[in-house]
Amino acid sequence: MNTTSVEQKGEALIFEHSDPQRQTSSLAPDVNISEISQGLPAHLLRKQDVELPQVGELQVVRHYTRLSQKNFSIDTHFYPLGSCTMKYNPRACNTLAQLPGLIGRHPMAHASMSQGIMSCLYDLQTMLMEATGMKQVSLMPMAGAQGEFAGVAMIRAYHDHHQDNGRTEIIVPDAAHGTNPATAVMCGYKVKELPTNDQGDVDLDALEQMIGPQTAGIMLTNPSTLGVFERKINYIADMIHKAGGLLYYDGANLNAILGKVKPGDMGFDVIHMNLHKTFSTPHGGGGPGAGPVGVSERLQPFLPIPMVGKNDQGYYWITENDQPLSIGHLSAWMGNVGVLLRAYIYALLLGREGMARVSEYATLNANYLLKRFSDAGFDIAFPERRASHEFILTLKKEAKEYGTTAMDFAKRLLDYGFHAPTTYFPLLVPECFLIEPTETESKEELDRFVETMIKILEEAKQSPDLLKQAPYELPVRRLDDVKAARELDLNYYYQE
Amino acid sequence: MPYIPHTPEEVAQMLSVIGADSIDELFDEIPKELRNDGLDSIPARQSEMAIQRILSEKGLLDGTPMCFAGGGAYEHHIPAAVWEIATRGEFYSAYTPYQAEASQGTLQVIYEFQSMIASLTAMDVSNASLYDGASGLAEAVLMAIRANRKVKSKRILMPASVSPVYRQVVETIVKNQGISLELIDLDSDSGTIDREKLTAQTEAFSALVIPQPNYLGCMEEVHELTDWAHEQGALVIGLVNPTALALLEAPGNWGKAGADIAVGEGQPLGVPLASGGPYVGFMACKQKLVRQLPGRIVGRTVDLDGKPGFSLTLQAREQHIRRSKATSNICTNQGLMATAATLYMAFMGTNGLQKVAASSVANTQRLMALMEKIPSVSLPFGKQVFHEFVLALDVDADTVLERLAQEDILGGINISRNYDSVSGHKNLLLICVTETKTEADLKFFAATLGDIVKAIKEGE
Repeated sequence: MNTTSVEQKGEALIFEHSDPQRQTSSLAPDVNISEISQGLPAHLLRKQDVELPQVGELQVVRHYTRLSQKNFSIDTHFYPLGSCTMKYNPRACNTLAQLPGLIGRHPMAHASMSQGIMSCLYDLQTMLMEATGMKQVSLMPMAGAQGEFAGVAMIRAYHDHHQDNGRTEIIVPDAAHGTNPATAVMCGYKVKELPTNDQGDVDLDALEQMIGPQTAGIMLTNPSTLGVFERKINYIADMIHKAGGLLYYDGANLNAILGKVKPGDMGFDVIHMNLHKTFSTPHGGGGPGAGPVGVSERLQPFLPIPMVGKNDQGYYWITENDQPLSIGHLSAWMGNVGVLLRAYIYALLLGREGMARVSEYATLNANYLLKRFSDAGFDIAFPERRASHEFILTLKKEAKEYGTTAMDFAKRLLDYGFHAPTTYFPLLVPECFLIEPTETESKEELDRFVETMIKILEEAKQSPDLLKQAPYELPVRRLDDVKAARELDLNYYYQE
Repeated sequence: MPYIPHTPEEVAQMLSVIGADSIDELFDEIPKELRNDGLDSIPARQSEMAIQRILSEKGLLDGTPMCFAGGGAYEHHIPAAVWEIATRGEFYSAYTPYQAEASQGTLQVIYEFQSMIASLTAMDVSNASLYDGASGLAEAVLMAIRANRKVKSKRILMPASVSPVYRQVVETIVKNQGISLELIDLDSDSGTIDREKLTAQTEAFSALVIPQPNYLGCMEEVHELTDWAHEQGALVIGLVNPTALALLEAPGNWGKAGADIAVGEGQPLGVPLASGGPYVGFMACKQKLVRQLPGRIVGRTVDLDGKPGFSLTLQAREQHIRRSKATSNICTNQGLMATAATLYMAFMGTNGLQKVAASSVANTQRLMALMEKIPSVSLPFGKQVFHEFVLALDVDADTVLERLAQEDILGGINISRNYDSVSGHKNLLLICVTETKTEADLKFFAATLGDIVKAIKEGE
């Protein structure tokens, strides 16, 4: 008998509450299983029952409610995770997306039973076109990374269509999200990594040498992942276009420029948007997302299908018949409609005035934090530059002087009730925090965050071990990641 | 200002700390010629109350028809508690558990999800979920090609009994990597893989995809097919429906050695139809392939005090570490939908899921019996199906669906365009019945369809 106390063991697994004799029949239909199974071919039936937990309804509710309480979330904590735009997710978006007729609609419902949802999607397409300055939008991709895939696949389809087959390379800055190079490879391209200069801008000399007839395109984030605006963007666009390449815009940082500047005006040919960032759909513990793509005129024929069109009879699905050069389908139906619907409701709630305020207050909050950290003696990665909606703080000095890493600061922040910023990304800034407060945080919260960081800095000076052992106040202490990877335990029912 | 808490006084204080005169000044690094604040085609802001009315009207417009369509998206009863818990802010508004100590809730849920999926599929390990079943199948194809070092082929055998749109999605995702998908014909009597044509394949291939039940609702001879593919040195990808796995043999137990990868759409496990997404793809495999598995994976470990806890693991496979050498470009999974699926499986348990499956099978058999009695309607592939079947009509299938829609019935999916050359019938409907239908629903549907077919014929 295991005598470890509950406190030491943590929350039991749901399987440990299970008893095969227990039945929670109110949730399932009343049928005689063995009688029905006899109608199916015996040799194709399961020999051994599936092992799912058999637990009472209240006990299941309590188990998962308790687990939820072990999470930090936007609803409970400041969550300044850089590049992730952890802003408030208005509850109305969730409630209204679940109205009858919307939540239960089958994806193959007849067109006469689909005009409502199609009108929402059509309007969302239009709003996203306006916000980004692109010619047309497809809502199909189910996440940012799939939007990236669609974008680069369209670049490839464009070159293939023009029988321009010598273009084998995609240029990606060294500060880019890891999804950028991974996507280029999935589309059959070689990746050329572009260095960054000490101001956080793209190294133009290096770029010049990299560009040639082998260049299919470049993937840029602007403002970049370094939290600064790429000022030479027009010059870069010209260079790439002159060489016959296309420009891809990673929309991860769209929150910084909404209503101020449009990717279409910067010369981009294709962009993806992360609706779970800029348009505030829930992050859900890691998905679902939605990554619509917008294109300039020349990439229009290659957009993924279906899209929503409108004519005299009403709304209709744009399919391969209307869009024969499309890169094709990326999901079985119409992408993550439920997410798209939440983004649509969010856009209606903000309206055009509210949308412009998003970038204004996100930028105000970031620059305020930057200045306050700088005044408190923290090192800013690019102190000469204006912050966009996020900025980078480097704890290199502290690491050298006190032996405390950025990760140690991050873990100590958790003890004080703050989710840590993004750590160790971008990879080129040592011991870094990428901090994105978003527009929905109050000055009071930002001040509390700065004061806590000052307090932790003091702790680092006085007793660095306190940081190295942190956190103390969370459901678990620091976890052994090496053991997790070496002695894989991924399944309750199967141990290697 | 919606969702922005700043008072004018606070804004002034903040600007003074920054040393700027206005918020607009903070955008001074953007070249002036690029500035563009045009948002004209975005409507002015509206109140929550006004928007509730707009959305209610849109919902009413689409209605709530009696649903007999499946084809990869299935209407099942979802216990009320599933989404009550899943949409708690602590799950709903958290992100990928990068800070494990502050995400033990999400991490333990995913560990439980992985364990349940592994149990359903009889596989050793599962990932934390993928976008959906279709893109999951594409990831399985890429994984099989990476993993099969015996046969260095970029060829995959893809039966026509796999959903046509799944085949299209796989094509879109893998075509730029020089991978070829060889279509294996359908046997038009059984509605399953043509095994004669399959075994006539002589060129090497990396993997065979086996759907169970297949797109037409029919059951494949999974044991025989798995053994044959393994004899050819290929891997087996089982494309499965999670509800069906309560009754049907799990991919891990197919043939002598079991399928190597199991993948599928997890939507039937508590995720609403919602026009096709967000859904949740699942993927599980044998232990020896775990390092080729794409997407997030959660492992159980211990903390500094030796207390059990959970964290993301095997991250060296992923894009944020490996960049251009990653197993996939996938970043997020479908965390919230995986949470709902975990809750659904926990509420249902083994017994509940078996009852959902059995009840769906029983209702499907009942409806087929009613349909068989209608003149000029037939069941070309027989009645050995799970919860979907094909109905052949001798009148135009689109017209029938349109008239059924007028009676507030979503009568199935017209698959004639995809399967006309194999069945000898010009008008084919794919019809699905789950546990949600009553005896009266089934009678009403069959009678209405019978009347419509009769009326169309008389009008000819």
